[in-house]
Amino acid sequence: MKTKIKFLDLELKNPIIAASGTFGFGEEYAEHYDIEKLGGISYKGLTLDPRDGNDGIRVWETPAGMMNSVGLENPGVDAFARKIWPRIQDRNLISVVNLGGSTLETYLEGIRRLEHCDYDILELNISCPNVKAGGMAFGTEAKSAERITRAVRMTTQKRLMVKLSPNVGNIGEIAKACQAGGADAISLINTVQAMAIDTKSREIVFNNTYAGLSGPAIRPIALRMVHQTAKAVNIPIVGMGGISNADEVIQFLMAGASAVQIGTAFFTNPDQIFQIPTELEMWMEKEGVQSLEEIIGIV
Amino acid sequence: MGVDGTAGNVLSIQEVGEAIVHLTVATETRPNPGQFYLLRAWQEAPLLGRPISVFDYSEGKVEFVFKIVGKGTEILAKLKVNDKLQLQGPFGNGFPEVEGKILLIGGGLGNAPLHATAKVLKAKGQEVDLRLGFAEKIYLEKEFNQAATNTQFVVGGLVTNGLNIRDYDAVLTCGPHPMMEAVVKMAHQAGIPSYVSIEKRMACGIGACLVCTCKTKSGNKKTCKDGPVFEGEEIFYEDEDKIS
Repeated sequence: MKTKIKFLDLELKNPIIAASGTFGFGEEYAEHYDIEKLGGISYKGLTLDPRDGNDGIRVWETPAGMMNSVGLENPGVDAFARKIWPRIQDRNLISVVNLGGSTLETYLEGIRRLEHCDYDILELNISCPNVKAGGMAFGTEAKSAERITRAVRMTTQKRLMVKLSPNVGNIGEIAKACQAGGADAISLINTVQAMAIDTKSREIVFNNTYAGLSGPAIRPIALRMVHQTAKAVNIPIVGMGGISNADEVIQFLMAGASAVQIGTAFFTNPDQIFQIPTELEMWMEKEGVQSLEEIIGIV
Repeated sequence: MGVDGTAGNVLSIQEVGEAIVHLTVATETRPNPGQFYLLRAWQEAPLLGRPISVFDYSEGKVEFVFKIVGKGTEILAKLKVNDKLQLQGPFGNGFPEVEGKILLIGGGLGNAPLHATAKVLKAKGQEVDLRLGFAEKIYLEKEFNQAATNTQFVVGGLVTNGLNIRDYDAVLTCGPHPMMEAVVKMAHQAGIPSYVSIEKRMACGIGACLVCTCKTKSGNKKTCKDGPVFEGEEIFYEDEDKIS
C-alpha cells in the first residue's frame, strides 16, 4: 500500500488513526463502515474504575467546532480486558489503548491490569480537561509530566505514547519532559478548555463549567503545537485537532507528525474520512511522492 | 460503504405552523417508526447534523416535521424542491411492536414520530388512539386524523387531562419530559406498559461518542443507539414514589 508509514517499529497501512473518545471501541462504526480502511484506532479513554461520566449537557456546538463534557464515561480497565478486548483484538488495525487516571497509582494499576492484552500502543492521557481527576494536572507542568511518564515507563514494556494538553504555556518543554521520562511517542492536542453560557437561562451550559473544544476551530492551534513539539523532541508525533480531509492530514505531516488522529470529523462526515487514504494516494501520485515519510516535518 | 449517508432530493417542503416545517425527502432507506436521521444541508457550519425523527415514510421517501430553533434547522427550512441534503440513518431503535388497544400521547414536536407509529400500528389492524397536545395551533391536522383510529387534539392545555388510561393495553409517548413522566406514572398505576421517546443533543448518532447518554434504571444508556425509545419506567425511576 502506497500510504503505509512506519511508526515506531509498527507499520500502519495509512497514517489515519481514529481519535480516542470519538470512535468508542470501533464496534459501532464497524456496523456501518469498513473500519479496517483506517491505520488504527485509539479506543475510548479508560480509567481504572468504571465511570458514569458527567451529568447535564455533554455537547454544545460552536461556529467551527463543538465542546464536549463527557467526563470519561467508560467501563473501566477490567471490563475492557475481560469483555471488550477479546471481541476486537483480531482486527487488521493498530490498536491504541488510551488510559486516564486521577492519581499516579490509578494509572499504574490500570496499566498492570491491561498488561496481558496484546495491544500495540499505550496512549497515556494526561490531558483530559473534563473531569477534575482526569489527569490534566499531570500534563500541564513539565516536572509532573516527566515523573508520571517515567513511572509508567518502569511499569510497562508497551510502546508508550503520551497525549498532551494544549492548555499549557510551553508545549515543547512538556513534550521534552515526556521524552526524558521515556515516552516513545507524543500525541497532541487534546481538546482546548472552553466555556459556553446559555443567555436564555442565564446559566453556564456545562455542569462542570468548562468543557473541551474540538473540531476545525482548533486546527490551526493544533498545527502550531505539533510544529513546536516536532522542533523540541526527536521521537515520533501523532497530530490531531480538527482534521477532516487529506489536505489537512498532509499539513500535519509537513508540520512534523508521523501520523494523525481524527475525531470530531467522524460526526460530521464519516464517509469522507474513510476516503482519506484514497485521497492521500491520489495526492502522492500527483505530487510524485513515493512515501509519506518524505514529507514528515519538511516545514 | 457508510450508513446510508446518501444525498436525498427534497420532494416537498412547507411551513405547516409557526416555525414548524414539513419536509419530504427522496431516499431508498426505510426507517421504522420512532427512528431518526441526522440531516445536513451544509458543508462546514454548523458542525453537526440535526437529529430529526421520522413523521412518515413510504416507498422511496421519508417525511420529517421539525421546528426552526437554530442555525441548522433554519438552513433546512430554507431548502427548496430538488435541493440536495445529506441523510444519515435511520438510527435508533424506534417504538416496539405492541399489541392490543394502544394509546399514543404526544406534545409539541413530540407529536411528529407518533404519526408514523400510529399509521403502522393501525395498518396492522390495531385500535390506535392518538392524543396530541399543541401549544397554540394544530399542525397537519388531516394527516394526524388519518393516522389513527381516533385522534384527539388538545390546544394549550394538559394533554393528560380527562384521560382514562385504563382503557388501553399499552401507551407510547413522546414530548416534554414532565408530560412523559405523568404518562408513565398513570400507566404504572393502571398496570400497563409505557414507552417513552427521549430527546437529547447528539453528535455521532450511532453510539460511539457518548454525548447523548441518559440515565436509566439499569445504568447509563446511549439515547441514539439504545434509544431513543425506552420503557417508561427505565427512565422515570429516580423516586420510586413517583410511579408507585
